[in-house]
Amino acid sequence: MKLESQTQNIARAVKRVCDEYHSRREKLLQILEELNELYGYLSEYVMKEVAKNLDMQVSEIYGVATFYSFLNTKPKGKNIIRLCQTVSCELAGKQRIANALENELGIRFGETTPDGMFSLEYTNCIGMCNQGPAMLINDDVYYNLDPEKAVDIVEKYH
Amino acid sequence: MAGKRKQILFSALEPGLGLKKALEHTQTEIIDIIKLSRLRGRGGAGFPTGLKWDLAYSAKAPKKFIVCNADEGEPGTFKDRILLNEHAKKIFEGMAIAGYAVGSQEGIIYLRAEYRYLRPVLVQAIDELRKAHLLGKKILGSDFQFDIDIHLGAGAYVCGEETALIESLEGKRGEARNKPPYPTESGYMGYPTVVNNVETFCYVPYILIEGAAWFQKFGTFESTGSKLFSISGDVKKPGVYELEMGTTVRQVLNLVEASDTKAVQVGGASGICVAEKDFDKPLAFESLPPGGSIIVFNRSRDMLNVLKNFMEFFVEESCGQCTPCREGTFRLLEGVKLMEQGQCSIHYLRVLRELAETMKISSKCGLGQMAPNPFLSIIDNFKGEILARDRVTDSIPL
Repeated sequence: MKLESQTQNIARAVKRVCDEYHSRREKLLQILEELNELYGYLSEYVMKEVAKNLDMQVSEIYGVATFYSFLNTKPKGKNIIRLCQTVSCELAGKQRIANALENELGIRFGETTPDGMFSLEYTNCIGMCNQGPAMLINDDVYYNLDPEKAVDIVEKYH
Repeated sequence: MAGKRKQILFSALEPGLGLKKALEHTQTEIIDIIKLSRLRGRGGAGFPTGLKWDLAYSAKAPKKFIVCNADEGEPGTFKDRILLNEHAKKIFEGMAIAGYAVGSQEGIIYLRAEYRYLRPVLVQAIDELRKAHLLGKKILGSDFQFDIDIHLGAGAYVCGEETALIESLEGKRGEARNKPPYPTESGYMGYPTVVNNVETFCYVPYILIEGAAWFQKFGTFESTGSKLFSISGDVKKPGVYELEMGTTVRQVLNLVEASDTKAVQVGGASGICVAEKDFDKPLAFESLPPGGSIIVFNRSRDMLNVLKNFMEFFVEESCGQCTPCREGTFRLLEGVKLMEQGQCSIHYLRVLRELAETMKISSKCGLGQMAPNPFLSIIDNFKGEILARDRVTDSIPL
């Protein structure tokens, strides 16, 4: 019974978001971005509901959802840390930041902490090349990192 | 040297003045002015802006779109971030002028997800322009109307390619389209669409105010004006510099106080790697195409490591739609790994070179066509350093 009301809630929320964009096909990316924000990821159920509302194939929704690195199809941590791995940040010492973050969080890149607070990922160039190493935590950008500074910043998200 | 530092974009601009000048002209007059200025696209490809606008102007359609490509993802590039953060009104004014010239009332700025934190800045700039009657209905009291929507990307380098960007705007996977038709004929939702880089739009109001002849005075014949360069790597003063087109690599290195320089990557991951023998070449479309990214490497850097980083980037960002790019980037990276282990024969390297040439001519979009650039240029320039490394292990790690 409880489960049923939960799925109904999700279906209602998906419908509300789709309605906001008049269920237009070309608004799919915005719709998915909003739902990704709301639930932290796009579950199979959410994608099926979007397909229903937009009168599209689920496979097409899945195709779009998996194309973009900022859309998740698996549950992620509450905070997503994205460390820039591109050349300028690598020259500036990205590896030491990577080591410090792994040590501190006790996970490897691509993993999520057991308490669900943090996911650790690499990302490609985030345009902070003159002030590397740099990382994004959710929508916030941090730069000129050293191992200690990086860990202090992450701490604030606890 | 000093004469090479030209400030166009970084000089003050009275908001609305360029647009006011534009409204005094007819549509074709504006297109002629932009053509005469010989302004070329600042995203990297260098397509003549005036010609692009003319094509969109000539296309007959009930609606047309002006799209600003703010999907700055080329490794080592951050000039557009500065423009978006500090000069947003110049971008939007350039878009409005483009809208007036080609007959469009709708603009879209496609902002990469990694720059989402800049969105409030853009929202505020658009708001202020509306209040000043520089966007919206009856712009500056005329009958011209134009407004701008912000559209967020979701993390995909390939969406910087204009047809992939349009696919993404339509809510699809960002996979490049076959060309023709070009976007100026059939772009967003099938309507004629002008897609220009952030920086390109910024020059437009200046050209309208100061005139095409003034703009032509800067740079070289084929590459007029100035250009923003994002400079990073082994230099004392990294940052964004506005320099005249045609500035040489060596002049740039002196300016940013680079010492002991071994190599310079011009144009990001899809650009080419330049060794010291070519440091006197000018940064211009006809010589070293200046995408906007300059990454400097000093003598302590292992160029094979640099190449590996670039190839990993392309393997990750290839959209996988066409085979030459999907398979080619993977094979080139595999080759780099073999070289690292001292297991790449010169014979096999020749095979990889052939593959790289094939990718250049057979990939569907710029990503796959450019991906071999760092591979070929780094191998050619640093053969001695890269080939015949110590054999790490006898087992083939594939």
